[in-house]
Order: sequence, then C-alpha cells, then structure tokens
Amino acid sequence: MTLAGHFPYWIVVVLMMVGFYVVISHGNLVKKIIGLNVFQVSVFVFYIAMGKVEGGTAPILTGQPETFSNPVPHVLILTAIVVGVATTALGLALVVRIRAAYGTIEEDEIEDQETEG
Amino acid sequence: MSMAGTSFSLAEHLPALQVVIPLMAAPVAVLIRRNTPAWSLAAVITWICLAIAITLLNRVLDTGTISYALGGWAAPWGIEYRIDRIGAFMLVIVSAIGAVVVPYARASVAREISPDRQYLFYAMYLLCLAGLLGIAITGDAFNLFVFLEISSLSSYVLISLARDRRSLTAAYRYLIMGTIGATFYIIGVGLMYMMTGTLNMADLAQRIPAIAETRTVLVALGFLVVGISLKLALFPLHAWLPNAYAFAPSAVTVFLASTATKIAIYVLLRVLFTIFGKADVIHVEDIGAVLMVLAVVAMFVASTVAIFQDNVKRLLAFSSVAQVGYIILGISLVSQTGVAAGIIHVFNHALMKGALFMAVGCVFLRTGSMSVSAFAGLGRRMPVTMAAFVVGGLSLIGVPATVGFVSKWYLIQAALEAGLWPLAVLILLSSLLAVIYVWKVVEVAYFQEPPSFRHDLREAPLSMTVPMWLLAGGCIYFGLDAETTFGIAHDAAGSLLGVLP
Amino acid sequence: MSPEIAILLAVALPLVGAIGVVMAGPWPNLRETVTLAVGAATLAVVAQIAPAVMAGGRPAVTVFEMLPGLTIAFKVEPLGMIFALIASFLWIVTTIYAIGYMRGHHEENQTRFYAFFAVAISSALGIAFAGNMVTLFLFYEVLTISTFPLVTHHGSDEARKSGRIYLGILLGTSVCFQLLAIIWTWTLTGTLDFTDGGILEGKASAGVIGVLLALYVFGIGKAAVMPFHRWLPAAMVAPTPVSALLHAVAVVKAGVFTVLKVTVYIFGIDFLRDLGSSEWLQYMAAGTIVIASLVAMTKDNLKARLAYSTISQLSYIVLGAMLVNSWGVIGGGMHIAMHAFAKITLFFCAGAILVASHKTEISQMGGLGRAMPLTMGAFLIGSLSLVGLPPLGGLWSKWYLALGALEAHQLVLVGVLMLSSLLNVAYLVPIPIRGFFAEPPPAGDAHDEHHAHATDGIQEAPLACLIAIAITVAGCVILFFYPESLFDLMRQVAPIP
Repeated sequence: MTLAGHFPYWIVVVLMMVGFYVVISHGNLVKKIIGLNVFQVSVFVFYIAMGKVEGGTAPILTGQPETFSNPVPHVLILTAIVVGVATTALGLALVVRIRAAYGTIEEDEIEDQETEG
Repeated sequence: MSMAGTSFSLAEHLPALQVVIPLMAAPVAVLIRRNTPAWSLAAVITWICLAIAITLLNRVLDTGTISYALGGWAAPWGIEYRIDRIGAFMLVIVSAIGAVVVPYARASVAREISPDRQYLFYAMYLLCLAGLLGIAITGDAFNLFVFLEISSLSSYVLISLARDRRSLTAAYRYLIMGTIGATFYIIGVGLMYMMTGTLNMADLAQRIPAIAETRTVLVALGFLVVGISLKLALFPLHAWLPNAYAFAPSAVTVFLASTATKIAIYVLLRVLFTIFGKADVIHVEDIGAVLMVLAVVAMFVASTVAIFQDNVKRLLAFSSVAQVGYIILGISLVSQTGVAAGIIHVFNHALMKGALFMAVGCVFLRTGSMSVSAFAGLGRRMPVTMAAFVVGGLSLIGVPATVGFVSKWYLIQAALEAGLWPLAVLILLSSLLAVIYVWKVVEVAYFQEPPSFRHDLREAPLSMTVPMWLLAGGCIYFGLDAETTFGIAHDAAGSLLGVLP
Repeated sequence: MSPEIAILLAVALPLVGAIGVVMAGPWPNLRETVTLAVGAATLAVVAQIAPAVMAGGRPAVTVFEMLPGLTIAFKVEPLGMIFALIASFLWIVTTIYAIGYMRGHHEENQTRFYAFFAVAISSALGIAFAGNMVTLFLFYEVLTISTFPLVTHHGSDEARKSGRIYLGILLGTSVCFQLLAIIWTWTLTGTLDFTDGGILEGKASAGVIGVLLALYVFGIGKAAVMPFHRWLPAAMVAPTPVSALLHAVAVVKAGVFTVLKVTVYIFGIDFLRDLGSSEWLQYMAAGTIVIASLVAMTKDNLKARLAYSTISQLSYIVLGAMLVNSWGVIGGGMHIAMHAFAKITLFFCAGAILVASHKTEISQMGGLGRAMPLTMGAFLIGSLSLVGLPPLGGLWSKWYLALGALEAHQLVLVGVLMLSSLLNVAYLVPIPIRGFFAEPPPAGDAHDEHHAHATDGIQEAPLACLIAIAITVAGCVILFFYPESLFDLMRQVAPIP
C-alpha cells in the first residue's frame, strides 16, 4: 500500500492543533464545541488518508483487476463521524440548557455567578 | 425449534446477550415514557445482566477464555468478543453495581430528578451499562471506542439530569475532556492499524513486538495512554471528575464512581498488558516509572485536597482520584502481586465508594444538603446510614476486617517485593490522610447536635438502606474472606502478564 | 467443652453481650444484669482453658483463611492466658464498679457505654488468643476503634480533641509502622504464626532485624513508649471505669503484651540477644520510665498523674522484653498482672473520689481521708504495690526485672528501676498521706458557703464502687502470697536456662 505522500498528515496535524487550541483557549461554550469538532475532523481526515491508495478506486468488484483503497478505515470513520455528531448534538443541547440556567454561555461569567452564589 | 435447542443457543450467545439486552432495553425505556414501568424494566434488565455476568465468570474460571464471533464473522476480520478472567471479573463488578444501584435509585431519583425526566434516567442508565459491559467484553480495539463513547455520552446526560444547575456545567466539562480522551484513543488505534492492518487485540498483540520500536507505534502508545488516563482521571488529568461526581444525582454518582473510572482502568490494563504486553513497553519506555510517580502524587495531593472540601460528595470524589492512584501504583509495579493488588482494589474500591456515595445520597434525601454541616447529629437520627458510612470510611482507611485492608496489604507486599520500601511507607502515610477526611465527617455526625429545626429527620427508606448495606456488608465480607476475589485477581494478573495461560 | 470451642466462645461471648446490652438498653437493671452475666460466663469460659495451658497444652483453632496463607487463627499460650484471665476477671470487677460510678455520676448514653465496653473486651481477648500476627493486628485495630466512642463518651469539645489525638496516634503508629513491619515480616518469612523461638532467624540481615524491631516497638502505640505516649493522657477524658479497665489494663496491656509476644514468638529472644539489636530500645524504655515519672510529679490532676504513671510502668514491661533474657520476659509478663491490679485500684479510687466529692485535683484532696478512709486506704495499698513493697504483688515483678537487668549486665538499668521506685513513692504516696493528715482546704466557693470545710458532707463512695475496690486490693495482696502459678506460666514462655 503506497501512501499519498505526507501532505494529508500535515493537514491532520494543523487541524488537530487548531481544534485543540480553540477548545483550551476559548471561553465561549459554543466555540469550544466548534473547536472540538475541528479536532475530531482532523482524526477523520487522518483515517481517510490512511486508507487511500494512490490511483485506487472504490472497492466495488467489477470483475477486472483493479487497485482498491482500503475500505475498512473509511467504514470505521463513518462510525466515528456518527459518534462525533452525537457528541456535538449533546454538547450543544447542554449549552442551550446552560444558557437557560445562567443566562450566558461565557465560561468566566458562569464562574462569576457560581462564586457569588 | 425445540425447547432444548433454544436454551442451548441462548447459553452459547450469552456474550452477545450481555450487551444487547441492556442496549435494546434502553430505547424501550424511552418509549414507555412512564417512570415506574421504566424503573421496573431497568431493575429486571440489570439483574438479568448480573446473572449472565456471573454465569460467564464461572464459565471462564472453569474452561478458560471464551471467544465469540459477533454475527458469525471470524476474527480478526469480524468483531470478536473475548472474555478472559479480568474481562469476566469486570463484567461482574459492573453488572453487580448496576443491579444494586437500581433499587436504590427509585427513591433517590424521585427526589433529585424532576418527574418528567425520570424515565430518561433509566433509559440512559441502561445505555451506560450496555456501554460499560461492552468495553469489558469486546476484543476489538475500535469496537471498544464505540462502547466507550456509548457509555460516555450517556453518562454526560445522566450527570446533567440533576436539578442543581451546576450539574450542567459539570457535564459540559466532562463532555469536552471525555471527548478529547476518546479522540486520543482513536488516534492511537488508527496509528496501530496503519502499522499492523488489524484491530483485533489478540492479533495486535502478535504483530506489535516486531515493530514496537518504530516511532509510529510509540506515538500510538502515547496517545492511547494519555487518552485513557483522561478517562480514568489519573492525576493531573482528573479535573473533570470532582464536579461531575459532586453535582450529579446521587444514584448516578454511585454508579459512575464504582464503574466508569474502573472500566477505564481495565482499558489501560488491556493496552499495556494485552496489546503491548509482549513488547514489554512498560519497562522499555519507562511508562511504569511515569505512572508510579503520578500515582504517588495523586495519592497525596488528592487526599490533601479532599481534607479541605466542605461538600461531602466532592470530598469523596477527590478521595476517588487518590484511590485511582493506589490502583495505578499497583499496576505500575508490573509484578503479579502488584497488578493483582490493583485489580482487587478496583473491586474493593467499587464496593466502598459505592457504599459511601449511597450513604451520602441517603443523607441528601433527608437533609437536602451535601455539606459537612448537614451531617450534624445524623449519628442518632440516621444510625443505619451513618453506620454504613463508617464502614465505608474504615474501608477507605484500610482498617483490618475491611476490603481496604486487603488492598493495602497486597499493595505494600508488592512494593516490598520490588524492594521499594520507601514506596510502602508512602502508601501507609497517605492512607493516614484518609483518616482525616473520613473522620472529619464522622465527628460531625456523631458529636454535633442536629439543628433544632430539623427535628423531623429520620432514617432513609429501606429501598435505599438495603442496597447500601449490601455494599457495606460486602466491604466487611470480602475483607474477611478475600480468598475468592484475590484468587481471581491474582490469576487475572498472571494471565495479563503472561505468567498464566 | 473442648478448649477449642472455649476459645471461640471467649471471643464471641462479649460480642453477643454487646448485642444483648443494646437490646436491653431501655431497662437499666436488665442491661447491667446482662453485662454481669456475660462477664461471668466469659470468665468461666476463659478459666476453662487455663488448666490445659498450664499443663503445657497449646489449644489452637483456625477460624478461616482470610487470604492465601493468612488465616484468622487462635492459639493459646501462657502469656495470652495470663492476659485473658486478667482482662476477663477485671471486666466483671469493673462492671460492678461502673454500675456504682455511672449511676452515681449520672452519666448519659450508658447503653452505648456498656455495649462498646463489651466489644473492647472481646477484641482484647482476641488479641490474647491470637495465633498469628494478622489475627492480632485485626483485633488490635478493632480495639482501637471500639474504644474511641468510650474515650469521647462525653461528646464535649475536649473529648473530641482528645479523641483525635487518641485515634491519630494509635491508628497512625499501627498503620505506618506496625503494619509495615508485619507485611515486611511476611515477605521475608512467608509466615506470621507465633512460633516458639521466633520465625525471623536467618531470614534477614542484622540491620533489617533492627529496623523491624523498632518498627514493631514503636508501631505498637498502645505500649506508649515515648515519644508515642500522648494518647494515654488524652484518653483520661473518658469516664473513670474506662480509664480503669481499658487504659490501665485492657488497651495498654494489649500493647505491651504484643511487644512481649513479638519479641518472644516472632523474633525469638535468643536470636535477638545474639544480634544485640534491642539494646538501644532498652534505653528508650528506661528513658520513658524516668521521664514519665518526672512528668507525673508535675501533674495536679489525679487521673493525669495516674496516666503518666501508667506510661512509666508500661515501659517496665517493654524493658523486660527488650532485655531479651528469660528473667526479663518473666518479669515483664508478671508485671502485666501486678500492675493491672495495682493501677486499676488507683483508678477506682480516683473515680470514687470524683463521684463522692467531685474533686479531680490532688491539691484539693487534703483531709479527704477522714471522709473517705476506705478509698484512701485502698489508694495507699495500690501505691505501695506499684512501689514494690511487701506484702504486695508488685515486689515480684520488679524483682525479676532487676534480675533480668543484672543478667544482661546492665547495672544502669538496675539503677533506673531503683530510681523509678523512689519516684513512685514521691508522686503516689503523698496523695493518701495528705488525704489523712493534711488540713482540708478552706471552702471558698459560693456554693459551698454553708460548709466550714470543703470536705464536710462528703461520704464514702457508692457501695458498688467499694466492693470493686476491695476485690482489686485483695488481688494485690493475694498476688504477693501466691505468685507461683503466674511464675510457672511465664516459665513456659521463657524457660530458665
């Protein structure tokens, strides 16, 4: 299996760092979720790039000898995407309820309310 | 199909049923939409799960490791359910706690979760149980991730169900950190797949040693260990845990404290010893030393922080972080005694923390508060609850005739066998910190008068005290007669380390 | 009844008694009857075992296996027999005394008091009969925890503070040092059974043995060797029957008993003597004897003075063990009995004085002997027994301890024993002397204004208290005239060459 160069992996690393940075640095709860998404997407890209074989097609049997991409990582990442969507949905739902309870989605303002109360 | 045929095939498919039954029951609980039937369903399902888990454990002890090809697809292409000693032991721990918590939850949930959401609690509870059981049973690294996320997502929901709004931020925080941990894990799995082309753990174990020195595999190991450490709340990656435990509904705290971090420890064992065992990375890459240092720091720092907590649930949560330190310490010694000490403490700590959090839940039911001052006078007003608290507390300290003593004994023995007597001293010293934070609560309960306006305080209902005493009684029973549990833990450690088949 | 069943019964009966006491709680008369009946039954059962042990038998019974190789097992040997007999006999006497004291002093929570008292006795018997170190440690910790509610009986802030010191030191030393030593021994030898001649010989280097011995001696916090003695004065906040039975007999004797037991059956005295690992511990014990006596002289509170006296006397026994020769061990073992009877008498008297006159400070007790001649007389006899004067039992144990010190060629330690006797005279005897000969202090307090003297209107203590005191005083005298059986038992433990 030949890999399609190292380019996709640089993308993965950059996305991962960007996502991680957003999660850590931002006080806005929605932005944190977005960061988390970027972070997860980097993993999706990583899996997809890993399975891709240069010049390979989708692994559909046509009877002629062909080069296929490895379908397993692609299938796996479908599962991971579903998990990611569920996580995002749940995270956003929590943010909605936090907003209802605190009237804000800024981390520091929530903290202020807690220390006062 | 004849009756005999049915029962035969049922027995054969128990590994699948172990996970599928609670998984299927969860949406049913949602569809029921009524609280009492949902509770009854959860009760029946959890006890069935326990029965299955015990059957499987017995079978494993009798005939050795069970391998089950899900959907008939043989490993390593299909997903394999693989139950060995440690896996079966974890199944029993998780499902036993699961079964005991449901009867307890009835009154506690009725008090702590608003009526229109209670059936959701039981649905999420079953889902979480399914996820945890799945982690213990699967032999496939990616499948494990899926179960990990099933249990994690449902536990975020469970935590956020409490009436206290702080439970929302706690759940959110846990969600962020938990997802990062799980994503780290999946990166690690991906890197391993890239190098080996397999996801089956047994298969990975065969292939890793040849390529163990490559950078990719080492990076994979790093991602795996860090990701799992987040999940098991290893110091300093424990920040999500105290608030999550403190503000979740009591029944949730009991369940998660006794099972969720424990199952993450199991995953760590799997990675370090099953997948990377033959490559002996724990020695080669000094992972053992790093874990040991972190464990010792956790024991002291978390225990010290616990002393200064006013919220008893938070206090016990920090104590959990410290206790995770003991478990990791045992594992980091990489001897059969040490790993066995870690495994038996997983079981013992589940018992004692379960009993303690249940006691706190009973107190919350009656007083509506979790601060230390709310315990004033409860030694007289709620004697049954406080007695269970004392038993659990003594177990934490490690007094003889409790499970804590058994754990401590083997942990120290392992440290001495390794020639690390300063470590033995550190273990003993840190257990004295437990005396302080346990006694802080006990003193208030027994020496202070209850506030005069609380003259109506009475004992918690039987539905809560009986499960609580099941666990508290277990703390004493398994403290006196530890042969069975230690036998299993010792053999499990042996097979993890490759000493036993 | 076979001795094996008797052993189990002896440990179980007080526990059953505790449950009985709780159930009989609402009816004080019934409750106290239950305690007395169980006490008598326990003593009868313990006494049943004695003939077999005196004849050289070692009845043993294994209850169950706790962990692979580690059993909960009992094995009665002479030392444990002595301790068990003393503890169960004095339990009855103390119960009689407690009935008078607790009622006379209008204490609260008496049911809890009697219940935990019974649990404490059960664990003391468990320690006495323990067949291995794990069993002993189990009961050792149960004893610590079951006496905690007794120490903090009054629930006041002072009681709570003392309770913390009590629990902190006893749990701390036992967990940090003793448990470490036990597990260390286990990893070295693979057994923890008490064996004649010890189990450690040839298993470790002299240095390790020395460290282990220190871990045991200081880890057994109940023996109150300085600097781990602070819990004992703290425990004096408890009601006097607790101080009398537990903190002059059961708990502290459990400590020194364990020291003796470890020295004889874990290390083996011949082995230790050859190594010389115990010599510095002899000086630690000697230091404790002298310093505690000096501190006792400065205490005006009677119970505090008695507590420091106990610390000093306990180190006699530790010293006996650390001399690691037969005479020392025999003297130490006998001193368990002698000191038990003498010191419990003194505490009984202190409690009687408290009940009758509400006085706790020695300086207030002038002239009290005229109002309470029996109590003060008993106090004098108990003091003289501690000093070691004939015709009182205390003479014998001091005699053998001195022999042991001579045998070990430690003239300094003989001197310490002599000096300590003088100090005993100095801090104990003045109390009854003042009681009989000094003038009562003038009554200055407003509520005493209708009395000319502070001692006017004070009568003897309740009858139940006086009966108990009489019995223990008699014990001091009888032990002087009939020490043979005690001596014979101890000779089995440490054969005289």
